[in-house]
Amino acid sequence: MAETAAPSVQPDERLVRVGPLARLLTRPDIGAFLGAVAVFFAFGYFARAVNWIGDPAIAAGWTDQAAQYGIIAVPVALLMIGGEFDLSAGVMIGSSGLLLGYLTTHAQMNIWPAMVVVLLFGLAIGFVNGITVVKTKLPSFIVTLATFFVLQGVNAAGTLKLTGQTAIQDIDTASGFNAAHRFFASDLTHYSFKVKVLWWIGITLVGGWLLAKTRFGNWIYSAGGDPLAARNVGVPVARTKITLFMMTSGVAALMGIIEAIELRSMQAKEGIGLEFIFIICAVVGGCLLTGGYGSVIGTFFGAAMLGMVQLGIIDAQWDSNWTFTFQGAILFGAVMLNTLIRSRAQKAR
Amino acid sequence: MVDTVTNGAPHLVEADRLTKYYGNVVALNEISAHVNAGEVTCILGDNGAGKSSFIKILSGSHQPDSGRLLVDGEEVHFASPRDARAYGIATVYQDLAMVPLMSIWRNFFLGAEPRKGYGPLRWFDVATAKRIVRTELREMGIDIRDPDQAVGTLSGGERQSVAIARAVYFGARVLILDEPTSALGVKQAGVVLKYVLQARDRGVAVIFITHNPHHAYPVGDRFVILNRGQSLGNFAKSAIDQQELVRLMAGGRELAELEHELEAIKAEVG
Repeated sequence: MAETAAPSVQPDERLVRVGPLARLLTRPDIGAFLGAVAVFFAFGYFARAVNWIGDPAIAAGWTDQAAQYGIIAVPVALLMIGGEFDLSAGVMIGSSGLLLGYLTTHAQMNIWPAMVVVLLFGLAIGFVNGITVVKTKLPSFIVTLATFFVLQGVNAAGTLKLTGQTAIQDIDTASGFNAAHRFFASDLTHYSFKVKVLWWIGITLVGGWLLAKTRFGNWIYSAGGDPLAARNVGVPVARTKITLFMMTSGVAALMGIIEAIELRSMQAKEGIGLEFIFIICAVVGGCLLTGGYGSVIGTFFGAAMLGMVQLGIIDAQWDSNWTFTFQGAILFGAVMLNTLIRSRAQKAR
Repeated sequence: MVDTVTNGAPHLVEADRLTKYYGNVVALNEISAHVNAGEVTCILGDNGAGKSSFIKILSGSHQPDSGRLLVDGEEVHFASPRDARAYGIATVYQDLAMVPLMSIWRNFFLGAEPRKGYGPLRWFDVATAKRIVRTELREMGIDIRDPDQAVGTLSGGERQSVAIARAVYFGARVLILDEPTSALGVKQAGVVLKYVLQARDRGVAVIFITHNPHHAYPVGDRFVILNRGQSLGNFAKSAIDQQELVRLMAGGRELAELEHELEAIKAEVG
C-alpha cells in the first residue's frame, strides 16, 4: 500500500512475480481446452481401428453431437455466470419442435412464420422463468424444475391428443421446408459436416463477445458475482437475469427448430435429460455453480469434449452405457479444477 | 430546524426531517442534515444508531416514510441508486459494492461502462477502461500492478481507495462514504482519510459516516450525531471540540454512569 500520492510508487515487496504459465492457468477456459485435447487423443488411440483422428466422417459425427450440446450450452453458461440455472432448457427442445410440427402439419402454416411463432414461444417461456425467479426470489433450480415438468407433461399429452401417437411426423410436408432444411439442417460437405456446427460456432462467438466485450457482459458477471453490489452501482440486475432466461429458452427453441427440420419428425420426449448435459458443458468450461465466473469459449470445449465422449465410446467399440460414467467423471474433474482456480482468483478474500 | 439557505445559496444536499420505519421500529426519527460543496459532513453514531438507514435514503436504496430530500434546494425523490447517481450522488459502501471475482477495471466501470460503436452493436470499450483505471489510480497514489487482477485479491485499504477513486472519477458532486475506515489499520485509515480530504479539495461534498470520532473530527466541517434513530445534535466544527464529540458519541450520561459503576467495582475488588 503506497503511503503518499507521489507518482513513482514503490512496488509492494510482498508481491510475488507471476509467470506467464501460472497466469494462463488461472484462466477459466484453459482446463476445458486441455481436457478436450486429451479426450481427442485418447480416442485417437482407443478408436484407432476406425481412424478416429484422420477420418473426416468421424469428425463430422462428433462435431454434430457436440453442436447439439454446445448451441444451448452457450446461453446456459451465460445464465450460470449470471447466477441462475435453467433445468427446462432440455425439454424446451421438444416443446419447440412439437410446436413447429403442429403449426406446419396441423395448422398448415408456412414453416418460416411458424418458426417466428416458435421463437416467440421460447422467449415467452424464458420470460416466465425469469420473472418468476426475480419476483419470488425462489431458487431458479426449483422454478425451472417446475417448468420442466409442466412442459414434459404438455409435450406428451398434447402430442398424444393431436396425433394419437408419441410423435409428430411428416414435418417435411410443410411449405417452405426445403429452404429451411438448407439453412438449418443440411450437410456442408460430402463428409456430412452439418450446418448445425456453424450455428454452434456462430452462437459461441456471439456469446463470447457479449460476455467479454459488452456492457451486458459486465452486468452478467456482476449479477452472478454479487447482485446486491451490482444493484447498488446501478446495474439492472433483474432485467439482466430475465434477459438471460429469455436467451436460454430462445436458443433452446432454435435448437428445437433445427432438430424438427433435421429429423423431419419430433418425439414427445425429445430433449429430456439434456438440461444436465448443458450444465456439465458449462461447468467443464469453467462456470462456477455459485455464479460470477466462467467462460463461453471454455463451454465450447466442454461441449466438444462431451460430443467426443458420446461418439468415441461407440467408435472404440465399448459398451455405450459407459458414456454416463465418463460424463460424471468429467464433471467431477471439472468441478475440482474450478474450485482450485477460483481459490486462486480470490485468494485474499 | 435547519436553515435551508446559507449566504443566499441552497445547500448542495439537504435532508429535512427524514423518518424511516422498519415495521414498528423507528430507524430514523426526523433527522436533518446538510452538506455543501467542498465540505465534509460527518454522520456519527454507534451500531444501530440509524447511520445505514440514513445513507440508504440519500443514495436512493430506500425511500423515507416522511420528510424531504433536497438537492440544490429542489425536492427530489429517488426510486433507485441510479436516480441518485443522476444527481451526482455517489455512495462508497462499507462492502464497497465491488464484486470480488471481477477484475479491477470491470468493477471500476460497473454500471457505467464506456461504450463505442453504433446502435445495438455498441460494445464495452475495454482498452479505454483499462487505460483510465491505470491513470486514475496512479494519480491517487494507488499502485495497481495489473487492472486485470480480481478485486478479491486486493487489501481492504486498496479496495476502499479504488472505490473512492471510482466515485471521484465519475464526477461525483456528493460522495457518501459508509464507514470507510472501520475495517482498517491505523496507517491505512490515515491513507483513506487523506483521500477524503483530496476529494473535498476538488470541490466534492463529502458525507462521511463513521462510529469513530477520532477519524471524523480532523476531517469534518460539520457533525451530526445519531443515537437509536434520534439526532443528538448538528454542530459546526467551531461549535464543538473533540472531547465533547467523543462524549456525545458515547452517550454522555450513560458513559458517566458506566464509569461510576466501574469505579465502584474497582473499589470492591481492590
